[in-house]
Amino acid sequence: MSELPLSATADAALQAAPATKARGYWATVGRRITRDKVSMVCALVLLLIFLSAILAPWLGLEDPYKGSMIRRLRHIGTTGYPLGTDELGRDMLARLVYGGRLSLVIGILPVILAFCIGTSLGLVAGYVGGKLNTAIMRTIDVFYAFPSVLLAIAISGALGAGIINSIVSLTVVFVPQITRVAESVTTGVRNMDFVEAARASGAGPFTIMRVHILGNVLGAIFVYATSLISVSMILAAGLSFLGLGTKPPEPEWGLMLNTLRTAIYVNPWVAALPGAMIFAVSICFNLLSDGLRSAMDIRN
Amino acid sequence: MLAYIARRIVYVVPIVISVALVCFLLVHITPGDPLVAVLPADASQELAAQLRAAYGFDRPLPVQFGLWLLRALHGDLGNSIATGRPVLAEVMRAVGNTVTLAIAAAIIGFTMGILLGLIAGYFRETWIDKVATSFAIAGVSVPHYWLGMVLVIIFSVQLNWLPAVGAGPNGSNSWAWDWAHLKYLVLPAITTSVIPMGIVTRTVRALTGDILSQDFVEALRAKGLHERGVFRHVIKNAAPTALAVMGLQLGYMLGGSILIETVFSWPGSGFLLNSAIFQRDLPLLQGTILILALFFVFLNLLVDIAQAAIDPRIKRG
Repeated sequence: MSELPLSATADAALQAAPATKARGYWATVGRRITRDKVSMVCALVLLLIFLSAILAPWLGLEDPYKGSMIRRLRHIGTTGYPLGTDELGRDMLARLVYGGRLSLVIGILPVILAFCIGTSLGLVAGYVGGKLNTAIMRTIDVFYAFPSVLLAIAISGALGAGIINSIVSLTVVFVPQITRVAESVTTGVRNMDFVEAARASGAGPFTIMRVHILGNVLGAIFVYATSLISVSMILAAGLSFLGLGTKPPEPEWGLMLNTLRTAIYVNPWVAALPGAMIFAVSICFNLLSDGLRSAMDIRN
Repeated sequence: MLAYIARRIVYVVPIVISVALVCFLLVHITPGDPLVAVLPADASQELAAQLRAAYGFDRPLPVQFGLWLLRALHGDLGNSIATGRPVLAEVMRAVGNTVTLAIAAAIIGFTMGILLGLIAGYFRETWIDKVATSFAIAGVSVPHYWLGMVLVIIFSVQLNWLPAVGAGPNGSNSWAWDWAHLKYLVLPAITTSVIPMGIVTRTVRALTGDILSQDFVEALRAKGLHERGVFRHVIKNAAPTALAVMGLQLGYMLGGSILIETVFSWPGSGFLLNSAIFQRDLPLLQGTILILALFFVFLNLLVDIAQAAIDPRIKRG
């Protein structure tokens, strides 16, 4: 073994220890998740779908709005139309790629909005406590009395069809769920010694919430929010599928699935394509969220 | 136990009133005049005012809510604007079909979910666990309305084994327990069952894993209990939580059936809701949502009580 005296190795170990310890929590989580093959594959698939949606106009695709009555419902693999054409003769590949733009926005935006609103509400309810907590949490309970699909459809059904209404209704569905999680983690943190120390040192409630509590609860709320994206994608496309979201001729996966429903007897597999896109995005978000959760659970 | 039940029932009252308030307000966040669906385009001012008074839309909102709630308590949810028939009767008839579908789906989904979850939890970190978990993830991630379409494509369009839409031969709307009707139930029930299957699998797997890693299981094995006996303990300990999750899922299936009922033209409450939305039949919309939400609230109550009945720790809390 090495010639070094015992004290020297001990010194080296002492010096090495802070170096590994110095890596922050999030850096460790990041390293753990990049080692998870499933999460990385999902991240790659999502990246591809996002990039193609963003870069759609520069990819040399057909015009997703231009139809032609003489080339309706071509099969997958037709020359010039690798994924066939839809019921109005529009290129499916172009519509699926362009469709990602709206589908991803209406699916993800409600979760982002609900994350902001729900975190704020939960933080205030959990930190302030008392009557305010009761008021916020009992109001939230009312929304829990509705199954989420029913609530989304009730609100967007009452507001009428439209992209904004669909985003609003899904946000309303997710705010209570995120608020509940945020409230419960905040309540868990607020009586800890470091919060007490901050209060003793004269920090105001706003500073304590922003600096001391938010930093400690954001991770848990964030992971929970990512697990909602999959549901949100399915529901947003579902609203469009019912005719409550996007309006034709916009390319959007849920709406495309709806308009292609009548084509299942003519060209079934082309009709099923938009749903496969929703499925792919939704399963990738779910797996990525699971990966993130276990990467953040450092104890294991 | 009775005290616990009484406490839970008292807790439900404000929830029921708030649910009614939300349903009532839904109509009032609606843009445009609720009378649009019944008024002819060239209706005179007097006719509009007359109808507004007839439906009670001319009173102040709190008064309208009070009157509406009072009538609702007597089972009068108004008449459908589109058909003129009482809302309650229309909804209850449709709910029957939805319950049939939800129960069929629950039998499939819960059985599969419990089996897969137990197996996956017992053989944790083996290939069996991986297969079961993949099934579960796919189940919770699949857009079920699309899965319904794919099943129709395979079993109706390609193989011609099962009917694609409807709830019975010759457009029959009333359910009967014979093969001719059962054939129509197969695809919608399988489609509805995938989400609960996935969620129950994940729950039962996690529960089984947690329980198996507890000390008392070690003790049971140490004293020489055979594995079947250990399994019985696992099931007993997992039951309350699993039951709660399944109750919630049953509620979701009843209340969230609109997408699947639309895909399969299944004449249930979701299908009714769909037509209420697109005909802008607001009393019907309001009534359907109210009844479905109440079903959900009472199902949750039942689950809580059942949970307390099998788990003595709960009612002490």
